[in-house]
Amino acid sequence: MAIEVRVPTILRSYTGGAKIVEGSGESLSALIDDLDAKHNGFKGRLITPEGGLHKFVNIYVNDEDVRFLGALDAKLSDGDSITILPAVAGGALGFVAAAALLGR
Amino acid sequence: MSVATLGDGKSHGNVKSVLTIDSAIVDAIVAHARRDHPDEACGVVAGPIGSDLPTRLIEMDNAARSMTFYEFDSMEQLRVWREMDDNDEEPVVIYHSHTATEAYPSRTDISFAGEPGAHYVLVSTREPDSEEIRSFRIVDGVVTEEEINIVDATVDA
Repeated sequence: MAIEVRVPTILRSYTGGAKIVEGSGESLSALIDDLDAKHNGFKGRLITPEGGLHKFVNIYVNDEDVRFLGALDAKLSDGDSITILPAVAGGALGFVAAAALLGR
Repeated sequence: MSVATLGDGKSHGNVKSVLTIDSAIVDAIVAHARRDHPDEACGVVAGPIGSDLPTRLIEMDNAARSMTFYEFDSMEQLRVWREMDDNDEEPVVIYHSHTATEAYPSRTDISFAGEPGAHYVLVSTREPDSEEIRSFRIVDGVVTEEEINIVDATVDA
């Protein structure tokens, strides 16, 4: 089962510079495990130690934000296309308050 | 300050110490920041991949609509990033305003900075009649301020 994953610049150090990689899995979390097996350390940039999706990245399945598709439980099928982008956010507010405001 | 050799703009170690940007784009960024004040304004300036030259200003919505926080709307970001991909462009500048504090990256800015190839431009609008504009590289949590070289007529704006 092949799923195409577009990798942002900041994560290409894990993929040997590759912009697009392939993986497999029936859910987003299974796909991320598969990618981590091929590209050691990848998972840690997408998933927090507590097991949730990282605030610093946006993940899209076929151009839908995965947060609206069940996040890590989002179901995937062969031929799906995944895009990962760095979340662009910031501001004068302190980090803890900002993270809470994001509600992710 | 010495100017690092211009490379392909992709290498994380290839930190350039100058942002060269057209005055029309700077004026437009400042106007955007003023218009959205006291909320923070944010956006991107795209440029041809590897050129390190910002040529196309894209004002983004601040989905947080906050005086102390900004966040790109994730769907708008996807559309804009796709568009850049299709045009062989990359985000050369990512800008936002601080409306009550100085134009220096906050801890939040540093934590979120996810485009190691981009120039992070901050505009402070805390003074009503003057703006502070500064540019930074933010790579792996390390902030390096750089000079801004404002030029005329590198783009038709």
